[in-house]
Amino acid sequence: MSPVLVPLAAAASTTEHRPLIITLFAVFVAATLAITVWAGRQTKNASDFYAGGRQFTAFQNGLAVSGDYMSAASFLGIAGAIALFGYDGFLYSIGFLVAWLVALLLVAEPLRNSGRYTMGDVLAYRMRQRPVRTAAGASTIVVSIFYLLAQMAGAGVLVSLLLGITTDAGKILIVALVGVLMIVYVTIGGMKGTTWVQMVKAVLLIAGALLMTFLVLLKFHFNVSDLLGSAAEKSGKGAAFLEPGLKYGVNGTSKLDFLSLGIALVLGTAGLPHILIRFYTVPTAKAARKSVNWAIGIIGAFYLMTIALGFGAAALVGPAAIKAQNPAGNTAAPQLAEYLGGGVGTTGGATLLAVISAVAFATILAVVAGLTLASSSSFAHDIYANVIRKGKATEKEEMRAARWATVFIGAVAILLGAFARDMNVAGLVALAFAVAASANLPTILYSLFWKRFTTQGALWSIYGGLFSSVFLVLFSPVVSGNPKTSMFKGVDFHWFPLENPGLISIPLGFLLGWIGSLLSKEEPDRGKYAELEVKSLTGIGAH
Amino acid sequence: MATDAPPPEAGAAPGPVQPSTEAFVAEQQSAEFAELRRAHRSFAFPLTIAFIIWYLLYVLLSNYAGGFMGTKVIGNINVAFVFGLAQFLTTFLIAWFYSRHAAAKLDPKAEAIKSRMEADV
Repeated sequence: MSPVLVPLAAAASTTEHRPLIITLFAVFVAATLAITVWAGRQTKNASDFYAGGRQFTAFQNGLAVSGDYMSAASFLGIAGAIALFGYDGFLYSIGFLVAWLVALLLVAEPLRNSGRYTMGDVLAYRMRQRPVRTAAGASTIVVSIFYLLAQMAGAGVLVSLLLGITTDAGKILIVALVGVLMIVYVTIGGMKGTTWVQMVKAVLLIAGALLMTFLVLLKFHFNVSDLLGSAAEKSGKGAAFLEPGLKYGVNGTSKLDFLSLGIALVLGTAGLPHILIRFYTVPTAKAARKSVNWAIGIIGAFYLMTIALGFGAAALVGPAAIKAQNPAGNTAAPQLAEYLGGGVGTTGGATLLAVISAVAFATILAVVAGLTLASSSSFAHDIYANVIRKGKATEKEEMRAARWATVFIGAVAILLGAFARDMNVAGLVALAFAVAASANLPTILYSLFWKRFTTQGALWSIYGGLFSSVFLVLFSPVVSGNPKTSMFKGVDFHWFPLENPGLISIPLGFLLGWIGSLLSKEEPDRGKYAELEVKSLTGIGAH
Repeated sequence: MATDAPPPEAGAAPGPVQPSTEAFVAEQQSAEFAELRRAHRSFAFPLTIAFIIWYLLYVLLSNYAGGFMGTKVIGNINVAFVFGLAQFLTTFLIAWFYSRHAAAKLDPKAEAIKSRMEADV
């Protein structure tokens, strides 16, 4: 964001109330650090560190899954996308929710029954361990880093809005602070600490969203039609604001982008490593199923509220004022909070802005911790213990590797976070969904349900999906070519027209897994498939 | 857990009961397991295909049938909103429907196989 674009009034009001904002942030950080230290004391072995001791209840895990899933993308990104593009932004809410059915019907229970700590446990079960675990580790880390990028972008945006920090150095400092906090959460608290932080965050986020929804609806006397009408009017687009097509209906290419996004959203969730490892924190597959049901209820309720938040921001704050603050719309929800509290420059406005921003900050921290845990677990368990040390590492060594990986991944996220500030956070997260759906989902499904699947098929599918999706993003308008929202401005090396690669890379991932298996010289391991299939459906021998 | 490598905590706490590979192969071919597999697949697969088609229908209509989606239903609420909310509703219903099926048809069969195999080890 360019400093010139920040309205002076907003900057003045925020600096006045800085102490309040900083206090709220500090309270949240202190509380979560206390939880982390407490959880850290109870983290004694690998099962505690990776899976929280597998002793969480279905409801607790459902709450934590919601906390892990409703990221800055859901809160800042969707509200912003709806506020700027009306109905088209709502696709995110629908896709993010419907996607849970894939996880519920096909993935959560078998994964809980047959895996131990990571997604790689299931992907590599029937296969030659070293190559497939390496691939699973690589794709876990890439997906998590894409996702982290989005959260860091959200953190940077929030802080510049709140604290009036507009210099690049200041923003990078904040992104670095978030990075350091997440390293502390994960290295000390492990899965137990992360789970509790996510539960606290889920409660805060739902409470914050409920409060804002209530206040928005109150302004419109609980008449949703009036809310929509006034959003349409304020947007300057009229009825078109309430219809699909404002962002994606421009031409044939943008329509394909919409389709690509839609497919990536619905197929991505069940391939997200940080979500999948949450199912190891409950004792049984039945509890995993119940936690998904809780999550669907909680997440669904939240996404319904994004209608009020997004259209509320459009109607009450207005797209022009939002764009002036952040061209991608990421500040819509906090700006709406400021309006609902009484407006720019009032104490009420500043208070609600601070509260909602603290909630958004909590949201980001909890998700970032989950992502870091997933990627460092996968590094330590899949790559270090099973590939590098060929299974001969002790539990202590494995956990030490996980902690070092956390520090490393934190550092990478901080570096990358500095680049991604002007993209819509939901759009960025959708890239992580596309990579997950292309590289992970095909292998998960083939592994669990197709007896002819082989090591070669798994490798083709993981690497094919991974490289094709990342490659296409690299040459898409996300990275270069769009002067307003590209990661690198002023250069243009894009030739792939779509922002989201899912339309090409997801079918490719499935196709490569199938062809790779059929062309494989090696026979599938029937014994291992029998083990995996029987375990995944019955839970015998589950950890 | 079947990896090339022994699990890192082997020898520490006693792990869960692990039947032999032969026992798993025999179980996989048994009629009882075939019944469980069928009960899962015949429910989950068609339902997955159905909800994905239903969702894609919504995405495609949004893309290529803007006029229809923009038709007002009540006040400013148009077909697109009704469709979107219907996706929420069907998601909740399918989750409930699957869970009911799993509790009634899958859990008892899975539990029976599990206890029998554990007793055989």
